[in-house]
Amino acid sequence: MMRKVAIVGAGMTKFVRRALETPKELSYQATRVTLDSCGLTLDDVDCIAHGTAPDAFDGLHQNGEYMVDGCGGWNKPTMRVYVGGGTGIHAVVHGWHHVASGLFDTCLVVCEEKMSSALPHAQAFFLTIFDSITERPLEPNLLWIFALEMNRYMERYGYTKEDMALVAVKNKQNGLKHPASQFSEEVTVEDVVNSEMMAYPVSRLDVSPVSDGAAAVLLASERVARRLTDKPVWIEGVGWSLDTAYWATRDLYYPRYTDTAARMAYDMAGIREPDKEIHVAEPYDPFDYKALHHLEGLQLSPRGKTVELLRDGHFDIDGNLPMCPSGGLLGVGNPIAAAGTMKVCELFWQLRGEADQRQVPGNPRRGVAQSWGDLMQVSSVVVVGN
Amino acid sequence: MTKKVAIVGLGFSGFGTTTPDLSYREMIFEAATRCYEDAEGIHPQAIDSFVVSSEDFMEGISIADEYVPDQLGAVLKPVHSITGDSLQGLASAMMQIKTGQQSIVAASAFSKVSNLSHHEHLVSYATDPVYIRPFNENPYFIAGLEMNRYLHETGTTRDQCAKVVLKNRYNALKNPGAHYGARLELEDVTGAPALSYPLGIYDMSGHLDGAIVVLLASEERARELTDKPVWIKGIGWATDTPNLDSRIEGMGSAVYAKLASQQAYRMAGINNPFNEIDFAEIDDTFSYKELQHLEALGLCGPGEAGRLLELGCFGPDGDFPVNVSGGSLGAGYLHEANGLQRLMEVVLQLRGEAGPRQLLDVETGLAFAWRGVPTATGAAAVISTRP
Repeated sequence: MMRKVAIVGAGMTKFVRRALETPKELSYQATRVTLDSCGLTLDDVDCIAHGTAPDAFDGLHQNGEYMVDGCGGWNKPTMRVYVGGGTGIHAVVHGWHHVASGLFDTCLVVCEEKMSSALPHAQAFFLTIFDSITERPLEPNLLWIFALEMNRYMERYGYTKEDMALVAVKNKQNGLKHPASQFSEEVTVEDVVNSEMMAYPVSRLDVSPVSDGAAAVLLASERVARRLTDKPVWIEGVGWSLDTAYWATRDLYYPRYTDTAARMAYDMAGIREPDKEIHVAEPYDPFDYKALHHLEGLQLSPRGKTVELLRDGHFDIDGNLPMCPSGGLLGVGNPIAAAGTMKVCELFWQLRGEADQRQVPGNPRRGVAQSWGDLMQVSSVVVVGN
Repeated sequence: MTKKVAIVGLGFSGFGTTTPDLSYREMIFEAATRCYEDAEGIHPQAIDSFVVSSEDFMEGISIADEYVPDQLGAVLKPVHSITGDSLQGLASAMMQIKTGQQSIVAASAFSKVSNLSHHEHLVSYATDPVYIRPFNENPYFIAGLEMNRYLHETGTTRDQCAKVVLKNRYNALKNPGAHYGARLELEDVTGAPALSYPLGIYDMSGHLDGAIVVLLASEERARELTDKPVWIKGIGWATDTPNLDSRIEGMGSAVYAKLASQQAYRMAGINNPFNEIDFAEIDDTFSYKELQHLEALGLCGPGEAGRLLELGCFGPDGDFPVNVSGGSLGAGYLHEANGLQRLMEVVLQLRGEAGPRQLLDVETGLAFAWRGVPTATGAAAVISTRP
């Protein structure tokens, strides 16, 4: 019998292109609103699980150590976890380990990212993620390899750039209702397709923006959770998986890592038919095609049928399986690690009926959030339910 | 009904001041292969999850987590990185087993510090970018400040610190994995040039390359994988403030070590660590650190460690042997793998596999690691032959 763990509080900062706050201050703000959301203070927190993506963004070695006091970790057990872009959701899995193991009763999960310190653009730092012998001399950037993956995915099923753009349009539309969103205008399919070409087939509006921000959730054991709230949101399943570093040896049309991570989480949650048993999904959408790619990996849509379902409104807020009601990374912003945790915050609010204008109708009872990172390589999946 | 967790496999590779014949991935592959072989030749497919401890800047790779799975046999398996000391990585692996979702988890860490031409340059990037880094000082000045404060607060002497170096480097002569073994005289250490007064160049441990992989298993699986399991009885980790200017108490006494060990002792049900633990492998990145940590870990009172050292209490034949392996001063400093290096010696001693430095009748050992300057993070593990 596994120890039950609930999310009892959530909070985030506004996502912006260039925050005046330091990384520590952003973490502090997310920590503060999260503690306030469940009426606790730092004294009630047993331990901290935190995450932030490459140290290079902040130009800090051992960045996790530097961040400690910002996320309330002073004189507490504090541990930073790291799976590249997947960190935001993985930190929640990591926090779950802390509480479900029986070592702690409460764990504060904080993720922060400040990408604007990297001048002129954070993209330059991604050169250093590539293999120093076989890839780095080619001076690739992330957009190039995702362009390969997007092209392969589209080619495999005969999808067009217009099909992919539908996701950007829908998510950005959802994001307009999110008070922490970085955006303020609607876009159309034409806007996306005609936006500046970055690396074919990726255009500027196919991509989520560079952002600064932080997000946090508070996890508690069943005993503590029952005392704190009438509406705990339980973590029912967790899963994560890392594929080979030799990404050029993989067929990129299908995210196997998402498949294995999702099956691990569904197994734990006792889910047999995810497309029927899950009511709201927050797949990771740093690029528009990625949301569809991941829906297939999450077993929420049959391979090659996803665009059809998307066009039928299946993934709209009032559809059968609302996808990214928050707006996702395309609609709210993409401060890398914080963006993943934002998705878990969204499920927390959706399942408690507190998502305001973004609320998915019909009292959703179960949701899944997924993040992705490293060299198109890792997925972390969290299934929550009430 | 907390689950018990055992260490069932151990493998290491590449210990050397330079390892030109091995890439870090080859080093981990070798260590992992030995570790799996040590656990009845388990196939990596049968391992549920993997944890690595590493830091991006040390590898010269952003998102170093990417290059983890292949050499561990962990492709399409649950893998994550802990950017912390490897004892924190061990804690992560242990927690995973305790949740009940996993039964067998591998924890690994490595150092390929020989790739770095100026380690201190990199460490300066760990200091506060606004208040400290602009001084453009060698960051080891922090250790000098700490040592001075520690000597001032406790009355410990410079010579007592130097005697830690003599003990550990002498112990290292019996350890084939140690690279700084030497028979030194007191004057060699005290008369050496200062790195940052009062810290001399011999008071600091030298760098070492190497990889260590350990395999953890739940009680049910442990019996299948080994007939010599050792058990993680308690584990703890803690972090003091990262700001030097507000590390008021922590400058003289290692607050993180006190907090981390209290957590570990509580979990292990230990009330009097000196009596209930037989020996320890304790972080000695700098000579004074061993003494400061001994006091913070509750193994002796404040200011007593130096005197007990002089009485021989912490020698291999003493009441409470400390760093029989030679510690970091004698064996070399493995950076993120420091914690697993300390743990490795504890495991070897408890299994009776420590060769010429084997301690007699040991049942429970303590491993403690610190993350080095400028951090204030430490992790402790209590390991025992009794479940």
